[in-house]
Amino acid sequence: MSWSDKEPMISVRNVHKSFGDFEVLKGVSFDVMKGEVICIIGPSGSGKSTLIRCINALNDINEGSILVEGLEVNDPKLNKLELRKKVGMVFQQYNLFPHKTALENVMMAPIRVLKEDKKEVETRARALIKKVRLEGKENAYPGELSGGQQQRVAIARSLAMKPDVMLFDEVTAALDPETVGEVLVTIKELAEEGMTCILVTHEMGFAREVADQVYFTDQGLIVEHGPPATFFENAKDPRTRQFLSQIL
Amino acid sequence: MELVYEWFRELYQTTGINLPFIYDSYDRGRLIDGFLTTVELSLICLFFSVVIGIIGAWLQGSSFTWTRRIVNGYIQLFRNTPPLVQLYFFYFAIGSMLPRVETEWGGQAPMLGSFAWAVISLSFFAGAFNVEIFRSGIEAVPKSTVEAAESLGFSRFQIYRDVTLPLAIRVVLPSLNNNLVNLVKTTTLAYAIAVPEMLYESAQIWSDNVNVPEMMIFLLIAYFVLVGILVWGMNRWERALKIPGFGS
Repeated sequence: MSWSDKEPMISVRNVHKSFGDFEVLKGVSFDVMKGEVICIIGPSGSGKSTLIRCINALNDINEGSILVEGLEVNDPKLNKLELRKKVGMVFQQYNLFPHKTALENVMMAPIRVLKEDKKEVETRARALIKKVRLEGKENAYPGELSGGQQQRVAIARSLAMKPDVMLFDEVTAALDPETVGEVLVTIKELAEEGMTCILVTHEMGFAREVADQVYFTDQGLIVEHGPPATFFENAKDPRTRQFLSQIL
Repeated sequence: MELVYEWFRELYQTTGINLPFIYDSYDRGRLIDGFLTTVELSLICLFFSVVIGIIGAWLQGSSFTWTRRIVNGYIQLFRNTPPLVQLYFFYFAIGSMLPRVETEWGGQAPMLGSFAWAVISLSFFAGAFNVEIFRSGIEAVPKSTVEAAESLGFSRFQIYRDVTLPLAIRVVLPSLNNNLVNLVKTTTLAYAIAVPEMLYESAQIWSDNVNVPEMMIFLLIAYFVLVGILVWGMNRWERALKIPGFGS
């Protein structure tokens, strides 16, 4: 299937997802263009995390369509490896491999999954670790790193696969307030370099600063969206306004 | 050496404590053979039982219902029957059903000897427990760590080999240790199908020399030392696998 970067890189259409009887997503649609930074905000349980987990097929969907560079995620015959080469993901709990050093964590997937040359991967991995400002921590095990440092290794690990789009699932939610900043700086730099990013976040100030579009979800639906300036100043929907008044 | 032998002959004559496996070259030879057979049988069974455990635990995670059923059936069968009965079953029931082969003297011999049947029987016996042990370790690996590997494009096999198994092994080493200790002790059952292991050779010696108490004491000490070496090795392995900040 061909895709050109004039079309949306990710196209989500009428996505429904239930866990048992509970419908988490009730028909969500949105598009992400190449290079765009999208922030998804909303109360807990509104389906934000489920939504981005569906984009890289960690959750399957019951109805609708998700196209990632023309690849239909809701196709039972989907080649998940093809999808996951395009989509990088960073989790709330970092989820590093605890038995591997920071450098090995970054190197593992390109070597094992992409079968790339170990020397080349190591050069790239060292550069990535430098990029996330963790020079000198290459040989530290995750257990020896702070939460913020682990999360930056996780970002480097994901970038090592050279993804076209990065998904961030509440990546600062488990961090101490003083380490949140260091992770956000890393993400901001990525966004400025033109990486397509979808972030689920509770960091409103950050969303305002980096997002091209902000989406507000509530009870499985996208209630409202817009560029951050209009979204934060002139939210139209009463639910959005109530949420923003609680959180800002 | 002669002096030592002489001393033990002297000991027998003055006190009646008879240790012919020290001073008598024939008895010494068969006890050493028996000891080596026990070590060989133990090492081979240890190896295969761990391999069965690793493969069985992998198959238990299969998406095919019948694969899982067969593995569970195997575990139930070998866990719920006495190992001596299993040994007899393999040696007398299955062994007699196999075709016989011609020996170099033109006679007829069973295809597999008693040593081979002991290896098969005891490996499957200990392997059944090892499958359960590895499964418990696999279940202790956080689902989120596995998801991180999935999102990096790892296949199910790659996740098992590179992430789940290395982490699971660290969790299960104490219980694996227990089961392997049991396996070494269970090799004495091979006596029942005339595998010339340490207990068998000791029985030969005590029937020739009528020195039952001495041989019993010797056997206790010998197995104590043998199992002690295994436990020491396993503990060293456990320490070598320790990762900073994980599991402690």
